[in-house]
Amino acid sequence: MSHDVYELSGIRCRGLLESGQASATELVQVYLDRMRGVDKQVGAYLLSNEEAALQQAAEIDAKPPEERRPWEGVPIAVKDIMATKGVETTCASRILSGYRPPYDATAIRKLKEAGLIILGKLNMDEFAMGSSTENSAYQPTRNPWDLERVPGGSSGGSAAAVAAAETPWALGTDTGGSIRQPASLCGVVGLKPTYGAVSRYGLIAFASSLDQIGPLTRTVSDAAALLGIVEGRDPLDSTSTGLREPIRLPTERDLAGRRFGVIKEFLGEAIDSGVREVFNDACKTIEALGGVVEEVSLPSVERGIAAYYIIAPAEASSNLARFDGVRYGYRSGEGEDLLSMYTHTRSEGFGPEVKRRIMIGTYVLSAGYYEAYYGQAQRTRTLIVQDFNRVFADYDYLISPTSPSVAFKLGERTADPLAMYLSDLCTIPVNLAGLPAISLPAGFSQGLPVGLHLISPHFGEQALLDAAHALEQKFLLEARPNLTEVTE
Amino acid sequence: MISREEVEHVARLARLHLDEEALERMGSELSQIIDYVQQIGELDLAGVEPTMHAVALTNVFREDEIWKGLTQDEALSNAPNVEAGHFAVPRMG
Repeated sequence: MSHDVYELSGIRCRGLLESGQASATELVQVYLDRMRGVDKQVGAYLLSNEEAALQQAAEIDAKPPEERRPWEGVPIAVKDIMATKGVETTCASRILSGYRPPYDATAIRKLKEAGLIILGKLNMDEFAMGSSTENSAYQPTRNPWDLERVPGGSSGGSAAAVAAAETPWALGTDTGGSIRQPASLCGVVGLKPTYGAVSRYGLIAFASSLDQIGPLTRTVSDAAALLGIVEGRDPLDSTSTGLREPIRLPTERDLAGRRFGVIKEFLGEAIDSGVREVFNDACKTIEALGGVVEEVSLPSVERGIAAYYIIAPAEASSNLARFDGVRYGYRSGEGEDLLSMYTHTRSEGFGPEVKRRIMIGTYVLSAGYYEAYYGQAQRTRTLIVQDFNRVFADYDYLISPTSPSVAFKLGERTADPLAMYLSDLCTIPVNLAGLPAISLPAGFSQGLPVGLHLISPHFGEQALLDAAHALEQKFLLEARPNLTEVTE
Repeated sequence: MISREEVEHVARLARLHLDEEALERMGSELSQIIDYVQQIGELDLAGVEPTMHAVALTNVFREDEIWKGLTQDEALSNAPNVEAGHFAVPRMG
């Protein structure tokens, strides 16, 4: 087996299956082997779905090729935040340990209907709260480019699994940057679709007005293909809209006449010099491809983090009220009456960051503070939406670095929650405005990947993928993480 | 600065118990975070409409059709304690 046999895109897997060069069982086995070889180091998976995956693969292989659906037999892995029928789904929290959902999330149902094979469930920050995956109640995930460093978060397991080639592609979720930031830190493509493009039914809710499911992939074409599989309006999520047009695989090679606005407010002192350098080079590449790059100002986005850290915890404190030890998950043995059982269950079941967010949310929503915090935050959100609308009248895309720094070391930022929050400055306003955005590997600083962040108007996914594809063809990054497989 | 009493009050509302050390730490972390987000109060936003959802939708209707939901067994399948087809909980305080 050649060294890079597992370094396949989802589209390439489909091609191998269609041409008969690989069977579904062979593909699943390649990734199970790879998982066994490197996941002790990387820690991307919380659960391997080995038995069911091999069984599904065998059933697919037994079918005549003409009866197979286009994606049937292609492996995938998913963030452990989406309900997967009969398969433990924990949200990386102790409070959901042992929970086996009796139903599938709509995104999972769509993967299954397309015939994809789910390899396993991927690690994350508990309830998607965090930027490093260090808040998982079960294990840290390490960055395949440097095992001393974090993969980013909260979809750190998804990004690391794709970067380490432990799956061709993965689904993650993005509430304030949780797909794009880990994609940037792990050197993979991460797409956060327009709010509502993908159904949230069965997605364990963090902040319902911000949460969105999206792909983490090796290539921009894969991001387009996977979005095409999972998007769509869903009667079970009345905020879902689907996309307006079916997504096409991007073929663009140039950016002639496209207008790119560089968001001034995102390029302040917080951006590391190495990241800035890669970003400036990316701007030159855009110009070389015929694009126009100009600086734009969106003054309101500077308040984005403050608005977000009111709105997201407020919604979270309300959403997480359901975890009370009655219907599913963990129940404390302590507590002689109902109220005390609730309190013990929640105190033992939630980790420190989740408690912190619940406390912030409860505080800002409590009597006397609602208008001063939540009301003001929602009005600030309106200003951010208006600022984006104003610049999108003149520009096709807005760009920035995805993350102000490359992957940081484990433990480096855990002591200071606010500092961790501030590192989301470029990604958060996009969620507040519900816009689609992509992080694309654009280069390296200190040998670690740096992502370019492109933002489009609502439902501008096709244009976003087209531009990202043109840039990807030009960047042509060949470097891969260097992991040594461990055999026992 | 958020007082110790306020932290205890909020924890009670959130059904969380914080021990002595956690109360102390939570108090200082909450104060730091609330101090930061307070900048939002400085903005004059009179007359600005609040945004609840970034992609505005109104009146999302569907046909009132019956479909198959979870069975009682499925709904109870994850419960820590079940009695006679019900979720069983400790007595009220």
